[in-house]
Amino acid sequence: MVSSFGTIHIQFLLEGAVWTIILSACAFIGGGVMGLIIALMRISPVWTVRTFAAAYIQLVQGIPLLVLMFTGFFGLPAIGVPVSPLMAATISMTVWVGAYLGEFWRGSLEAVPKSQWEAAECLALSRAQRMFKVIIPQAVRNATPGTVGFMVQIIKNTSLASAVSFVDLTRAGQLINNSIFEPFITFVAVAVIYFLLCFPLSVLSRRLERRMARGMAKA
Amino acid sequence: MNNATENKPVIVLRDVEKSFGQVKVLHGVSFEVQRGQVTVLIGRSGSGKSTALRCIDRLETVNAGYIEVCGHVVTDPALELRKLRLDVGIVFQSYNLFPHLTIGQNIMLAPRSVKNLPKTETVELARACLEQVGLGDKFDAYPEQLSGGQQQRAAIARSLAMQPKVMLFDEVTSALDPELTGEVLKVIERLAAGGMTMVIVTHEMNFARRIADQLVFMHQGKIWEKGPGAILDAPQTPELQRFAAQEL
Amino acid sequence: MSFDFSPIFDRWPMLLSGALMTMLLATAATALGFVIGTLCAVGRNSSYRAASAICAVYVETIRNTPFLVQIFLIFFGLSTLGFTLGAVTVAILALTINVGAYTGEIMRAGFNSVHSGQWEAAECLGLSRLQTYWHVVLFPAVERVYPSLTSQFILLMLASSITSQISVPELTGNANFIQGVSFRPLETYLVIGVIYFALSVVMRQAFNGIGMLIFPRRRRLGTAL
Repeated sequence: MVSSFGTIHIQFLLEGAVWTIILSACAFIGGGVMGLIIALMRISPVWTVRTFAAAYIQLVQGIPLLVLMFTGFFGLPAIGVPVSPLMAATISMTVWVGAYLGEFWRGSLEAVPKSQWEAAECLALSRAQRMFKVIIPQAVRNATPGTVGFMVQIIKNTSLASAVSFVDLTRAGQLINNSIFEPFITFVAVAVIYFLLCFPLSVLSRRLERRMARGMAKA
Repeated sequence: MNNATENKPVIVLRDVEKSFGQVKVLHGVSFEVQRGQVTVLIGRSGSGKSTALRCIDRLETVNAGYIEVCGHVVTDPALELRKLRLDVGIVFQSYNLFPHLTIGQNIMLAPRSVKNLPKTETVELARACLEQVGLGDKFDAYPEQLSGGQQQRAAIARSLAMQPKVMLFDEVTSALDPELTGEVLKVIERLAAGGMTMVIVTHEMNFARRIADQLVFMHQGKIWEKGPGAILDAPQTPELQRFAAQEL
Repeated sequence: MSFDFSPIFDRWPMLLSGALMTMLLATAATALGFVIGTLCAVGRNSSYRAASAICAVYVETIRNTPFLVQIFLIFFGLSTLGFTLGAVTVAILALTINVGAYTGEIMRAGFNSVHSGQWEAAECLGLSRLQTYWHVVLFPAVERVYPSLTSQFILLMLASSITSQISVPELTGNANFIQGVSFRPLETYLVIGVIYFALSVVMRQAFNGIGMLIFPRRRRLGTAL
């Protein structure tokens, strides 16, 4: 007797959702660090460093995240690095998020007015000091709405980790569907949970963007 | 049409009031335009003359008052806008030609899609209208390939192609370099000579005096004086006196 | 450990047919999604409350849920309703619905970027709102957002890899098969990674060229508008 969709399934989905959030957080932290490094490399005065970062961005932005996932999950053990699904997914997401955030943050860094760079230079600050004390704090303001918006992409894309048997929200939905075969209700429930995770961030991102646009208009 | 309607004014504005939010821009504006007459609205920037003109074509809706154009009651909320626009042509300061269409296509668009005229007929029509504004050789040019004066003349031709009964001109030379305004004004003068009913908003005082059958002077949303071009020479109100002294 | 690419290259017809399927999915969904997205943008800007609300709900729903869940819902959901569609059809359907929402936002930005004077001029010539969209606003709007639309194509092409999860024989789906029989997963995914990358580079160039062809203004002015 096949049981029908009930509280026990919702509970299972919510457990999956917790893993989706965990993976999203790992991806955001890993990808954020990676993105910052890439963004700084992109505006480095050294040609080789700049070009390397540009190539990295181009390459990753030309490959599907799913393929990166498979490469991490199947590829790393193949070269002797055993990884858990969470580890493989985190590494793949870090590589992927790093490229997109790196490119986006480079734009934010370059949007800081030239005069600020020059002023910092005149104060005899070292390059690292200039960057972390003067430029980055200003760039953060420009980048916040877009970064929050990108978090929605991260959460949605963690669903691909289900393909490497990481039991996140999507995988939980598949498992339930496999046992009770009520795809409509199951995947609608999955979609609703994703929506509840993503929609507030979308709204927040738009609100921040509007506030920034107003701030610009005033300045 | 019978004789009774022949003598009726083509355009009537009666006690028109208009506000943008808290700001009142028209305070009880009234004037009439007879068939074949050229009416020129003058006044400083912000005097409400462009708003009055735009109300005539229902580009702005009024807060109170009555407007009638060619028998269409513009202030009636149930007015069929399309019918009004078939009778009224308007030319803007910024030309507003469609940049992705050639001059010919710009002109043929409305006759084809609004009036459903056959293609061959619209081609002839477009060529005739372009001749009329002295741009017979620009049929296949794109707007950005023309000078400002030529673009404005093309915009006039586009309006003429709809064979309107009334033409409205909203500061059509304000965006043009001084040496290009002449060619546009000449086209308008030729239209006036041809008997077109027109309402013109302009800052070109000499042109206004020359062409106007009726001058309407506006200041702070009110009409202070109206009459033939000669009112500029003998202003009755201090407002027009000051304006005339500055502008002439 | 040593690399051995020969079992992958030996199955090049599968890679080729997979790449062709990937391009088919991306092209079909982009074209259909453009129609849906444009209608959606018109709907969202319309003065009919219901139309604009429906379009807003569609866009927000799609943009805030994963594509993988959308395609599962459509694939398994349709089959329980008694519709038996092939995986490829479902893939195109799901990709279209998905990209339509994103294209809708792009086109809305495009429509809103057209100067209000253009709307006014068209209105005064007696054109209806739909005629204005069709004859006056659509082309300049597309011209303005063309770069976004082409980026969207690349993203869609990459996202079509997800249809492998309902066994569509596109590039990633075929790769999954190849790695399963060759036991060479790393090499397999490296190879198709390179193929995807090459496709995205080629398509980017192709779109630049196409843009020059269909937008003569861009060519004449030599600017990005």
